[in-house]
Amino acid sequence: MSGPSSYVPKSDLEKWLDTRLPIVRFMNDTMIDFPTPKNLNYWYTFGGILAVCLASQIITGIILAMHYVPHIDMAYNSVERIMRDVNYGWLIRFMHSNGASMFFLAVYIHIFRGLYYGSYKAPREILWGLGVIIFLLMIITAFMGYVLPWGQMSLWGATVITNIVGAVPFIGDSIKTWLLGGFAVDNATLNRFFSLHYLLPFVIAGVVVLHIWALHVPGNNNPTGVEVQDVKKETLPFHPYYTVKDAFAICVFLLIFAGFVFFGPNTLGHPDNYIPANNQVTPAHIVPEWYLLPFYAILRAITFDILIIDAKFGGVIAMGGAILILFALPWLDSSKIKSMRYRPVARMWWFAFVLNFLMLAVCGAMPAEPPWTVISLICTIYYFAYFLVVLPVLGVIEKPQTPPASIADSILQSHKKSAGVSPAAVPAE
Amino acid sequence: MSATNHEVAGETGEPTRRDMIHVATGAVAAGGAAMLAWPLINQMNPAADTRALASIEFDVSKVAEGSQTKIMWRGKPLFVRHRTAEEIAQGKKDDAADLKDPQTDEQRTMQSNEQPGKPEYLIMEANCTHLGCIPVGIAEPGYIGEYGGWFCPCHGSHYDTAGRIRKGPAPKNLPIPPYVYTGGTVVKIG
Repeated sequence: MSGPSSYVPKSDLEKWLDTRLPIVRFMNDTMIDFPTPKNLNYWYTFGGILAVCLASQIITGIILAMHYVPHIDMAYNSVERIMRDVNYGWLIRFMHSNGASMFFLAVYIHIFRGLYYGSYKAPREILWGLGVIIFLLMIITAFMGYVLPWGQMSLWGATVITNIVGAVPFIGDSIKTWLLGGFAVDNATLNRFFSLHYLLPFVIAGVVVLHIWALHVPGNNNPTGVEVQDVKKETLPFHPYYTVKDAFAICVFLLIFAGFVFFGPNTLGHPDNYIPANNQVTPAHIVPEWYLLPFYAILRAITFDILIIDAKFGGVIAMGGAILILFALPWLDSSKIKSMRYRPVARMWWFAFVLNFLMLAVCGAMPAEPPWTVISLICTIYYFAYFLVVLPVLGVIEKPQTPPASIADSILQSHKKSAGVSPAAVPAE
Repeated sequence: MSATNHEVAGETGEPTRRDMIHVATGAVAAGGAAMLAWPLINQMNPAADTRALASIEFDVSKVAEGSQTKIMWRGKPLFVRHRTAEEIAQGKKDDAADLKDPQTDEQRTMQSNEQPGKPEYLIMEANCTHLGCIPVGIAEPGYIGEYGGWFCPCHGSHYDTAGRIRKGPAPKNLPIPPYVYTGGTVVKIG
């Protein structure tokens, strides 16, 4: 979709700059004139929302780092000092901690949107893969960030998750020791987690640039899944049409965000993390933050040995595989039709997949005992079956509906429909 | 047809309803941005625990006549000098001298509530007003000042017995922090 540039330098300064560093042209072609399909719905505003989330996390994070002390003796108290003494520190910390939750909420909607409309299919495989990399980096960053306040959940969450690495046969223990900088989660661990927690958001920002670049080569997918054929008839310039639409969605999203920050800042957190870390007492029930629960459930679902792989390592493979399998998705889905709008059978499986994912989250929050262990296992099996069986097979046996011939056709059809409902509406406008 | 009306009205140069909406929306956005920006900027100002240490109390009777002590206030050192009668006399005599930053000896020991302080106790910030080094007092090693007060070893500024700049690159007298005597010899600084 990145066709010939439509930018015309106006002032002499712009002309001078354009022949040396065409940055104004680049911004114009990327954020102003970029041809965007006319029929994008509100599910497509989450890219912009995620950009706001990342910016908010980086700004509040840089500020928190001005006041935070990454040392086991002082970390907890320095966070409490931020909450009590630093001017507006409470606000900035709650924006950061709730911001992480909002970031994941938005990214899950963004990912499921992509799954529904087939946005991972050719020619957007790289775009999708870069998105999975961003998601993976987000998980690592969020996990390390949760360790920094050095409460009970920080310490024991870090202990449990780093033990995962220890499950790797033969070399696991050595890698774990290397990762921790010692034999247990201690000051060295806290220091390196702080360093990496500061670094990774900028790596994410870099991959986001690639993600947008990869988006702007084929252009946006759209709810019909039919590619743009006539740029003039089927697209609108990104500004003002989608800047305004995105801005409105961002405002609504920020209202919800502010609702959490001001009225329920600890709703999504865990009270045990307000107890200073104590390496001699483990909390009764260790759970990760809500956004990692589904993967935590998959980790715990494997409670039996599979051939030579013991249960512990099996769980690790399943959890890692649950994310890595997304990379292979563009080649696993065999359907020629992109959008599930026109795939009535696949659509049902998609809804089941969403419910299954929510169920996994519930399982992750529950203690690892019956019936939750069985439910976790069933949900884990369906999670993998969706990618490895359902999508490859459905593409062959499903008889999809015929998508509209073009985006323009689909718009005309919906206009006719709405005109039929209220004929007076057209002349009045 | 509203779009056409808007364009026609716009051509006549009159502000339209839509212009009004744009300005109002922009104003709300700017107000919101400013309200969000303030916490992000204000967090860099001294925090509540730092501000709580912003005033200290000190008993000046601990300083023997003819000596001085350094105490910390707001992370910076202060001089508390117990001046001898000769030094006070010298300071008063120098009121008439050619001063770079004119202040009388009495003003140099004035409390922050404009009441006269104790002439024998000179309380002032210990950083040279040139580039912030700590000047050496008359009884300390390295003192080669010409006015019987302090001498800054970094760039050679001379201060007199009232801490006034007399010679060298420093532009101002050593600053007097705000203080009041709260009773007897106890002074509240800050």
